[in-house]
Amino acid sequence: MVRIITVYGGMLLEAMGRTLILALLGLFFACIIGLFFGILSVVKSRICNVIAQIFVDIIRGVPMIVLAFFIYFGIPYLLNTIIGGHNMTLTALQAGTACLALNCGAYMSEIIRAGIQSVDIGQMEAARSLGLPYGVSMRKVVLPQAIRTMIPSIINQFIITLKDTSILSVIGFPELVNTAKNVQANTFMSFQTWAIVGVMYLFVITILSRNAKMVERKLNVGR
Amino acid sequence: MSDGKEIKISVKNLKKSIGDLDVLKDISIDVSEGEVVVVIGPSGSGKSTFLRCLNRLEEVDSGSIIVNGIDITSKETDINKVRENIGMVFQHFNLFNNLNVMDNMTLAPVELKKCSVAEAKERAERMLEKVGLSEKQEAFPSQLSGGQKQRVAIARALCMQPDIMLFDEPTSALDPEMVGEVLNVMKNLASDGMTMVIVTHEMGFAREVAHRIVFLDGGYIIEEGTPGVLLLNPREKRTRDFLDKVL
Repeated sequence: MVRIITVYGGMLLEAMGRTLILALLGLFFACIIGLFFGILSVVKSRICNVIAQIFVDIIRGVPMIVLAFFIYFGIPYLLNTIIGGHNMTLTALQAGTACLALNCGAYMSEIIRAGIQSVDIGQMEAARSLGLPYGVSMRKVVLPQAIRTMIPSIINQFIITLKDTSILSVIGFPELVNTAKNVQANTFMSFQTWAIVGVMYLFVITILSRNAKMVERKLNVGR
Repeated sequence: MSDGKEIKISVKNLKKSIGDLDVLKDISIDVSEGEVVVVIGPSGSGKSTFLRCLNRLEEVDSGSIIVNGIDITSKETDINKVRENIGMVFQHFNLFNNLNVMDNMTLAPVELKKCSVAEAKERAERMLEKVGLSEKQEAFPSQLSGGQKQRVAIARALCMQPDIMLFDEPTSALDPEMVGEVLNVMKNLASDGMTMVIVTHEMGFAREVAHRIVFLDGGYIIEEGTPGVLLLNPREKRTRDFLDKVL
């Protein structure tokens, strides 16, 4: 155990750093995707609602590992076949980010949709009755209230996404699990390696959820 | 009330159905400047739907609604511009729960660039004073009683300086002892010459404040007249039956 930490500790910490970067990138784009499709699913337009629903259904209906292979291998193959000769490839980071963003984004859009719909319709009507346009009413009145109810689910989704980065070891991104596999292969100390990795995840996620509790408390001011 | 005063709202052959239900079948009515029209009728008669059509919170199926000379049923009409001049007060107050009283009142005027922040605040203070809640500027809606919320809601609508006010059962969700304070604010507003359309079950208030009472049932205007005539000597049997139940 001590030998793994002294010899491979730095390597594992670096891998954790890459895991966090991947997760943050994924979450960042997931928020944009989630907000976009979340709003799309609540606006008064049948077409928009259907588009959002189809997106969510597709992503939810495909295992993330399949999505990862599809983006990393499938998309460049398709593009190269169509355009031809360019030998386009995606880096594991690009494909991983896209994969996480799409996957998490779909779930986020459902969280955002539910959050917006949980705000009493009267809030929107009151804002509109004063002459405020839909966008301003949404931004200044509905979303701030929706976010309060969304925060616990969003944090939960963040944690799931952070853990889902481990799936991206299959496309060769050197995140924590992938790196740990190498450590295990070098040392043959499976128990120790995976115990350390488990504790590392646990540590980061515990910090995340503790901070989430604080954010929640702050947002509840005036409720 | 057609003593040469400008017509503020003119509704012609308004029809509106929700799902399979024809809520409003054929409504025509004019409201002139400074007039207080109270709409009464049994529940499900379309009173609220009618009121919500007047600022297009409900889309109408056919007919026209002219407000201040603008046909609000037309697709080309910028409904937001029209709504700036039509205040609305809801049964459930609908104060913005994420904002304190002051921000509730200044949000729309500032966002819509009707005035500077300082002016908006100054106006909000005046309006709050008018409804007797000057000390509640910093309070959040959750810290107010029902009656206080509704008075803030009225003040918030007034901050846009509308020339028409719509009231959708403004006292129906209030505890009995708070009804009076809201009705008082509305009475003052009426005596200031505000054009008002009010859906309410408060017959005493209707008798005292209304220039005209409109009885709505089954999607039609059954009868309308001054409080004296409509409440004491209704022509129609349906009006009499309704009044027997509520008076």
